[in-house]
Order: sequence, then structure tokens, then C-alpha cells
Amino acid sequence: MSMTVYVPRDASALSLGADAVAKAIEAEAACRNLDVRIVRNGSRGVYWLEPMVEVETPAGRVAYGPVQPTDVMGLFDADFLHGGVDVLNLGLTEEIPWLKSQQRLTFARAGIVDPRSLDDYLAHDGYRGLAAALKMEPSAIVQAVTDSGLRGRGGAAFPAGIKWKTCLDAAGDQKYIVCNADEGDSGTFSDRMIMEGDPFVLIEGMTIAGVAVGATRGYIYLRIEYPHAQRALEAAIEAATARGYLGDNVCGSGKAFHLEVRMAAGAYICGEETSLLESLEGKRGQVRFKPPLPAIQGLFGKPTVINNVITLATVPIILDRGAPFYRDYGMGKSRGTLPLQLAGNVKQPGLVECAFGLTLRELIEGYGGGTASGRPVRAVQVGGPLGAYIPATQLDTPIDYEAFAAIGGMVGHGGVVVFDDTVDMAAQARFAMEFCAIESCGKCTPCRIGSTRGVEVIDRIVAGDAAEKARNEAVLRDLCQTMVAGSLCALGGMAPFPVLSALDHFHEDFEGAKRSLLNPLPFGERAG
Amino acid sequence: MKPAKTIASLPPIDDAIRAAVLDVTARLKDQPGTLLPVLHGVQNALGYVPEEAIPLIAREMNLSRADVHGVVSFYHFFRMHPAGKRTIYLCRAESCQSMGAAKLEQHIKQRLGVDFHETTTDGAWTLEPVYCLGNCACSPAMMVDDELKGRVTPESFDAWLLETK
Repeated sequence: MSMTVYVPRDASALSLGADAVAKAIEAEAACRNLDVRIVRNGSRGVYWLEPMVEVETPAGRVAYGPVQPTDVMGLFDADFLHGGVDVLNLGLTEEIPWLKSQQRLTFARAGIVDPRSLDDYLAHDGYRGLAAALKMEPSAIVQAVTDSGLRGRGGAAFPAGIKWKTCLDAAGDQKYIVCNADEGDSGTFSDRMIMEGDPFVLIEGMTIAGVAVGATRGYIYLRIEYPHAQRALEAAIEAATARGYLGDNVCGSGKAFHLEVRMAAGAYICGEETSLLESLEGKRGQVRFKPPLPAIQGLFGKPTVINNVITLATVPIILDRGAPFYRDYGMGKSRGTLPLQLAGNVKQPGLVECAFGLTLRELIEGYGGGTASGRPVRAVQVGGPLGAYIPATQLDTPIDYEAFAAIGGMVGHGGVVVFDDTVDMAAQARFAMEFCAIESCGKCTPCRIGSTRGVEVIDRIVAGDAAEKARNEAVLRDLCQTMVAGSLCALGGMAPFPVLSALDHFHEDFEGAKRSLLNPLPFGERAG
Repeated sequence: MKPAKTIASLPPIDDAIRAAVLDVTARLKDQPGTLLPVLHGVQNALGYVPEEAIPLIAREMNLSRADVHGVVSFYHFFRMHPAGKRTIYLCRAESCQSMGAAKLEQHIKQRLGVDFHETTTDGAWTLEPVYCLGNCACSPAMMVDDELKGRVTPESFDAWLLETK
């Protein structure tokens, strides 16, 4: 009888040697004359245990990890094909506490199904959301999304239903659905994981959006740094088109929806929705003025729904299970679940999808198991390079859009990057300005020039004597204020947040010139 | 009716470059907003977007040369000069910083003898900075062409380099 073994094809798992593990299992099985079928699934997001190999047994899937090619012979000797005992045996995958305690709605299938198989998707409740949507009036679909409380998961947290309603009500001979897959924030990888591990759910979500607002064409604007996701999406689009889930007559409904992947070209700013639209039109990715809103005049001047990958990939479960099911998760005005991405200096990094309301401490100490270096946590950056640095004293803040706003932070796309006590926060503040200077689209002067001046001012603060420090700190705060108030989009408008939070919470790092910022010592080697 | 096009107004262009550009533009120019896919196609075929290709791309796409040049120069990924045989994209973003990316960056620059945006003298490697590869759970990360690597240390980099050579 054929045995089924799962070895992830997720890019992160590959980066840790998953391909070599798959080859070793294949070779060893051939050697032992065993009939083994290898399925290349996505990752479950337990990255500290990747490459994680799973075996199908009568009791359920049994996990082994982290597996290296040199472990494979031992696994066969331990009869892992029947869930045999081995030091790498993690027990039933579903029972791993790190996974079991999560509430996976958007990521219900990631790491479980074969991302190349439409049949597997269908067997795991796939396309039930679309089936429900096709029986509804467009306005009822939009109402369901509104009622679910789903807010934009890209970072801005704008209610998705309101965006859809605006687009539905806009007149236009052609409308578009655009998926923002330009996931550029450091510390985030949930978009990549869903596109590689469960691409059909994104396709289904976009199709539902198309049916809801009357759009017949969709684009996935995907960052060039994600070639694995590109391959997964293109294979899935081809499969969905061949089976009539995309095309001129979606599921025999008479409605058309065509989908295409467009590759970005390495500009962070194109994650901003209006820059992204410019880029899709073949132009420089410069921010547009709003209004007009993209929902009224978006891509090629036509009404356009533009949502993040996770937002769109969450739509199918809302339509399948109903708005109240989703809305019942979460706290306050943050409804549902958020796929958090735990990264940086943390022992057990990975994807943690939980209802809003989990605290940072529960996330970092509970799921993360503390820092990888074993040193105390000093700062946590939440929400990417434009997110504030949160000091260890504020770790009890619940992860909720409003609670974070109250402490001057932002949840953003849910990326959480942990730093230990060797971090130099003046260097981090300088980097925030440097990054803004590199990635500014150049439209707004405070962002284009202010960011470069910001780097220089921070250098002067660190190098200067007490009087020079005080003078330049005033200049820096003033500059930050100008950037916040005088930039059209979040890049110039929020790059000051990490800078100001570093100044406010970690002032000591700006006081003593612990090291030259122009020639930084390697991280982790700072004296004293 | 489309206006007549004359090749005479174009500056001289290498035959191989011309063929590569026309091959891509013929496939894409009638679809909306395809300048980025065209540039990707040209860079895929030639390894870079040559300066001399720009007038031809502009003509085929019905854009001005300034438009095309503006787009090529805006995006970090497009290059106007050939790269080395393989390109190392090293992540400089925060998650990787928290796990020692600055030290790794210094090491790699020293080991290869190049700074960012430069190519080794033997033409084997080009080093480029990148801001996040989505491999933040396995920081520090780098990508070699489209092969992603995680938890890279100076030692593992050296071992990999030796193995690859």
C-alpha cells in the first residue's frame, strides 16, 4: 500500500533544506523498495520545526522535525512511515500545542492540503464560499463582508465591506479586483505562506469580490522577491481556469472573472495602494492624491477594489460560515482573527493565527518561547518598518487595532519582530530614516528629503556633545512632525514612528556614543 | 489606422537586443499597462535592460523614451548594466538585523570583495541589498537568484560558497 509523506515546498522550508529532505526520502524509499508518495504541501508555519515532515497514519498525521537529509535513514529505521518512535517524532501534528491552541480560520488549510491540487482544495471545503456567494445578490455579499467586521489586513485596517460597497455603487463599464501581494514589511510572511500553501483560497476570495462588485478582471500584484508564490499562483490559476472556476462563465453562473499575476520590481512603496495601481498601469510607482478613491477611480481610472492577500483570502470562510461566525472572534472593533507573524530574535518563530486580543507577551513568551539568543527582550517592532518600537514594559498590550493606536503603535500587517538587549536603538532609528530615503517615491518633499536629513541629524545626535545632542534632538522631533503632517502616504507619514518611539523609550541609546553609527559593530557584539 | 512606423528614427541597436525586445513587446504590447512585464521579459532574456533598448521599447509601447527610462530607473529590480553570473540578494531589514544581518553583511562584502550593487572581478557574483524576503522566521536570509536561504551565518555562507564554486 502506498504511504503518503508530506514535505513542505514552502519557500522558508526550502530555505532550510526541504528539497534535499524530499530527495533523500525518495531515494531511501526506492532503496528499501517502499511505495512512498511524497506530497509537497505548504508550511503550517511552525518554522522552528521546519523542515517538518508528516506521515499519514490511521490515527492522523504524525510530524517529524526539524528533519535534515542526514536524519532520513534513521527515520526509516525507526519506521516513521507508520508513525514510529524517533527523537524527531513530534506526535500527531494536530496535537502539537503550539498549533492546537491557535484559531486558524484564514489558514485553515495551509500546510495541510497540496497547493497544486484543486481536488484537494475542494475536499477541504474549498469553493463553498463562492457557491454561497453565487446564490446571493451582490449587495448581500457585500453586506456579509461588512457584517463580519473584516478590516483590511494589509495594515490600514479599513473596513473591507465599506470599500466593496463604494465600488459596487460606483458606475463603470469595467471594474477591477486588485490583490495587493507586495508584502514588503520586514517580519511579515503570511501573504507568502497563503499564496504558496493555499493559493486557491485567494483565487476564490478574489472571485467572490468580483461577483460582489461586478468586476470581471483581477490582478494579483506580486512582489518579485516571491518567485515560489508566483509559481504556486500561476499553477492554481491554470487549474481553476481549466475547471471553470475562472473564465468567462464562473461555475456556470454566466459571470466572468479573469485573473492574472503581475510581478512587481522591488519598490517597497508599491505596497501603498495608489502606487501599486500606478505600477500596474506600467508607470513609476508614485503615490496618487486621494480622492478620488480607488473604489471609484482606480486601475485605469475604473472602479477598483484593492485589498491585501489576507483580507481577500479570509472572504471565502466568511461567505461559507456566515458573518456572525467570523465576527464572534476578536475584541472591540477588531473582529475575527489575525495571522500574526512572529519573527526576529525569537526561539520559536512562525505563524500564529489567533483572535484579536492576545497580548504581545503571550505571543512572544508563550508562542515564541523568548528570544533565540536567550537574552532579555528589549524592544519589539510591530507592523513592519513603519511601526513603533515597543519597549518590554508595554508587552501586556493586547493585539487590537485600537489598543495599539492608544500606545502610539500599529498592528499593521501583523508582523512582530523581537530584539534582545544587544540592540542599539539609535541605529534602528537611523535605519528607519535610511529605509525611508531609499524607498521614498519622491512625490512629497518631507519624505524625499526629510528622510535623508533625518539620517544626518541622528548621526549628529549620536556623535555630538550634550548641547549638540539637545539641539539636534529638537530638530529631529520637528522634522518628524513635518514628515507626519506633510506626506501623502504612510511611508513618509509613519517612518517617524519608529524614530520617535526609539527616542522616547530608549533615550539612553542616543546619549552615549556607544558606537559609531557610520561603521556599526556587528549586532550582538556591542560592548557594555 | 495606426501611424506608419519607421526604424530610421531609432538609434543603432544590437541585433540580439532588438530581437529580444521585439519578441517580448510583440506578445505584450496590446494588453493594458504592460510596461513592467515587458521590462521583466527583456531583463529575463538579456540579464539587464540595456540603455540602447529603451528607444525601441518606447516606440513599441507607444511611450516616450523618458517614460520608459523613468520606469526602469524607479524600480530597484531593473538594472541597466549586466550583472554577474549569479546575484546574491542579501536582506538588510529589521528581522534579519535582529539576528545578526549587519555582521553577515560585513562578512559577505569582505569575502566577495564587493560592496552592494557591485560585481566580483571574476564576474561570478553580484551583491544586492534587499528589504525583506519574507523569510523572517528564519533570519538572517538571502536569496541567490531565486533560491532562498535561511539562518545564514558567516560560517554557513563560506561553506555554501565553497560548495557552489
